[in-house]
Amino acid sequence: MTSLFTKVSPEPTTDAGVRRITVSINGNQHTVDVEPRLLLAHLIRQGLDLTGTHTGCDTTHCGACTVLFDGTPVKSCTMFAVQAEGHEITTVEGLATASELHPIQESFKDEHGLQCGFCTPGMMLTAKALLDENPDPTEDEVRWALSGNLCRCTGYQNIVKSVLAAAARLRSQGATDEEEGETS
Amino acid sequence: MTIDEIKIGGLGASRSRVEDNRFVRGKGNYIDDISLPGMLHMEILRSPLAHARIKSIDASAAWAIPGVRLVLTGELMASRNLAWMPTLSYDTQAVLATDKVRFQGQEVACVVADDPYIAKDACEAIIVDYEPLAAIVNPTQAMADGAPIIRDDKENQHDNVIFDWEIGDKDGTDRAFADADVVSELELHYPRSHPSPIETCGSIADFDRSTSKLTLYMTSQAPHIIRAAVAMVAELPEHMIRVVSPDLGGGFGNKVPIYPGYVVSILASILLERPVKWIEDKTGNLISTGFGRDIYLRGQLALRKDGKILGVRMHADSDHGAFFSDAQPSKFKIGLLHSAFACYDIPAAHLTARGVYTNKAPGGVAYRCSFRVTEAMFFQERMVQAAADDLGIDQAEIRRLNFVRDDDFPHRTPFGFLTDSGQYRKCLDIGLEAIGYEDFLKEKQEAKKNGRLLGIGISTMTEPLGAGNSREYDILGIKMFDSAELRVHMTGKAILRTGAKSQGQGHETTWAQIVAHELGIPAEDIVVEEGDTDTAPFGMGTYASRSTPVAGAAVSMVSRKIRAKARKIAAHLLEVSEEDIDWELGRFFVRSSPDTGVTIQECAMAAYSNVPDGMEPGLENNAYYDPPNLTWPFGCYITTVEVDPETGVWDVLKVVAVDDCGVRINPMIVEGQIMGGLAEAYAISSMQMITFDEQGNCVGSNYMDYLLPTAWETPGFELHEVVTPCPHHPIGAKGVGECATVGGPAAFVNAVLDALKDTGVRNIDMPLLPDRVYEALTEHHDVSGAPPLRTGS
Ligand code: FES
Ligand code: FES
Repeated sequence: MTSLFTKVSPEPTTDAGVRRITVSINGNQHTVDVEPRLLLAHLIRQGLDLTGTHTGCDTTHCGACTVLFDGTPVKSCTMFAVQAEGHEITTVEGLATASELHPIQESFKDEHGLQCGFCTPGMMLTAKALLDENPDPTEDEVRWALSGNLCRCTGYQNIVKSVLAAAARLRSQGATDEEEGETS
Repeated sequence: MTIDEIKIGGLGASRSRVEDNRFVRGKGNYIDDISLPGMLHMEILRSPLAHARIKSIDASAAWAIPGVRLVLTGELMASRNLAWMPTLSYDTQAVLATDKVRFQGQEVACVVADDPYIAKDACEAIIVDYEPLAAIVNPTQAMADGAPIIRDDKENQHDNVIFDWEIGDKDGTDRAFADADVVSELELHYPRSHPSPIETCGSIADFDRSTSKLTLYMTSQAPHIIRAAVAMVAELPEHMIRVVSPDLGGGFGNKVPIYPGYVVSILASILLERPVKWIEDKTGNLISTGFGRDIYLRGQLALRKDGKILGVRMHADSDHGAFFSDAQPSKFKIGLLHSAFACYDIPAAHLTARGVYTNKAPGGVAYRCSFRVTEAMFFQERMVQAAADDLGIDQAEIRRLNFVRDDDFPHRTPFGFLTDSGQYRKCLDIGLEAIGYEDFLKEKQEAKKNGRLLGIGISTMTEPLGAGNSREYDILGIKMFDSAELRVHMTGKAILRTGAKSQGQGHETTWAQIVAHELGIPAEDIVVEEGDTDTAPFGMGTYASRSTPVAGAAVSMVSRKIRAKARKIAAHLLEVSEEDIDWELGRFFVRSSPDTGVTIQECAMAAYSNVPDGMEPGLENNAYYDPPNLTWPFGCYITTVEVDPETGVWDVLKVVAVDDCGVRINPMIVEGQIMGGLAEAYAISSMQMITFDEQGNCVGSNYMDYLLPTAWETPGFELHEVVTPCPHHPIGAKGVGECATVGGPAAFVNAVLDALKDTGVRNIDMPLLPDRVYEALTEHHDVSGAPPLRTGS
């Protein structure tokens, strides 16, 4: 759309004002020319059309822009796109497969863990990072893990419930997978 | 044979939300997600000063930056007669400042460029020469002799007063006070707060010269009002304006008004003949767009010794900022502040109110609120609490004694509202039982022996939701009805459109449930659309918890019109007369032979293929609903807290909410609304505050300074329900979205003050930050929160 980012084939660039970077987003490699000051959130949203990553405050406070950066939740509004060079990024679009929602997404739906949906992608990704590390968190651990993500609609109670429900789902899924592994 | 209503997602089903399918995938379509070919980007340069004369603006350096397409200043706007615009309260507001800036953050210039980064750079390159003027940051300063006149642009404005207004029975109230055993008094400040949805405001104006049509994508809770207003402001014909409000990332009243950014983006698109996108940043949102509250109260209760309230006197000074742009019914200058004390049986009341200009952002929006009812109920419940303490009466007992009784409805409130239903005592009893009232009082006494400070706070209220009936409620003269249009297709599937606009309330889910209830068409067979003025019927939008009371009622009514036509078709298909058939959910049948019948889907097919002679084909209709009255939900909120005497920090121990919002369409969604409301009540009472220093600098311009609670601070909530159907709503529903935000804050404040009772402190103004509580605890005096902030030591 603009000079801020251009999708290119992976050839060396001659323009001194831009940097060529290759980023992996949801498992797909993207090579783009970017201005060094371009924020990662903007590359993801406008450059790569993955608009599920929202920006609410652009000052690292709200967490709407949270993505997973090599598995760790980061606020993409406070990171330059060039810093993502060579790293793996997961956005909300990377959670579901075409036919199936991720258990975290299912749980947010079932437990009414969202209203306007603006904070939701960030909440779910933060939750994913938590559950990857800690499959059986307490309510307090969930609340603490989510404390970098603001929600103005839900009062958090159902978000916390969603994450706990997702944890249970993932654990039972894991158990079934194991059982299946044993029987096969 | 009979359809199970819950199974088809009808009334009372906790149906999972339709909109979530896209939201959880990150496929919502919010304003900033929309990208149009050739789109340019706009940024706003804002005033760093609260009050200053503009001596000159030099934009030459901005124009010189490559990629800059347009720089707009007040002068350019004035040349198009667009430097000022009307507000929703019959005042004017500067679009881009020409003469003076009147609050910090006011819009001074705009840049349109190829990308937002260039536009931001160019804003910084604009040089504005200001001559600073003294700033006014509260009503006392505004009304002081010799105060600088903020609105010197208005010919007949010789002071800073916007209005003086009164309502009620002055003489009767004076008599009540003369007869009183005790008069209890309280002075309170309800601080300025910002609704602060996570998504800020924004617009994309797309003017197409070849068709002369303007498409305006924007964050609006009321797109039809915007269309009308744009037609007036920009002098474009209304049929050539299409306003589209896409998914909204929250609203809470913040997205009702018309902001300068929208207007400038329209002009920019007309001038450049390209789509122009403006996305506000968070600071812009917090310092310049519709705040809520900011009102000072002097309240008095005339009391009999036993606690019976004989009369109420209230005076309010409200701080509207630099432009009077409250979005509220035009008849009531201070909103519905006079809804205070509606749940109590009080013979006489009198309210006076004065609104003033200050050098602060305009707004006065109904932040999760029906036009100042939040202030009304807070003042009410703080005054009742103080009265109980003054008389040494139990705080539950004083409420019980004064409540309107279940068999006293309809009841005329002392300010003239008509409440129509409720079971107030029952709600209170359920709440007291749930919190363990008696046990807690004992625990509190025990704890005191160990130096621990426990407190319990109650807040009970009924509030008027669902403006309104058109006799009394209008905005800019437009009556506050609402609308629905239903088209049932040949195969019995349907599309429903309304004049409301969801911002997270789940209309796509719940409106379909009402249709399912009325027609027996499964909710999943009904798609709901809102927010596009080219397709949706005219409506007043979603705010003030009015969607279910008004638009929701329209959905019922249009469904009933459809059913009436389907009935005629059914009679034709069954070859009997209309009088001989009966309706059960989803099906007409012959009364004398119940097995002979036709389904609503069969009627739909016949509407397009086999209508009786003389009948118009098709099964479509619309309804405009003008409610006979407001709806009156009741809420009882009780909290317990522990205050740390060493630090003034207070922890919430338990929160109980008992809500009676009549019939619940989708209980899951209703509970979600209540929990969201409770979290905001906690936020407002404990930390949220937009305040100002002596120079009028806004303290609270980002989420570092404007504190919002996270999942960590926010307490858990225990919800209970009572159902008293609304007697005049077609399905007995009442509004609910804001109840907990309206009633909740007093419960938290009353609890903290209860914990501090032995100190003799009668009031601490919100937010109850630890330093304020600590000051009250250690110095044994009331703590006022009125700006300016004390600076220095
Ligand atoms: S947008 Fe990144 S934290 Fe708010
Ligand atoms: S669902 Fe609206 S901000 Fe969280």
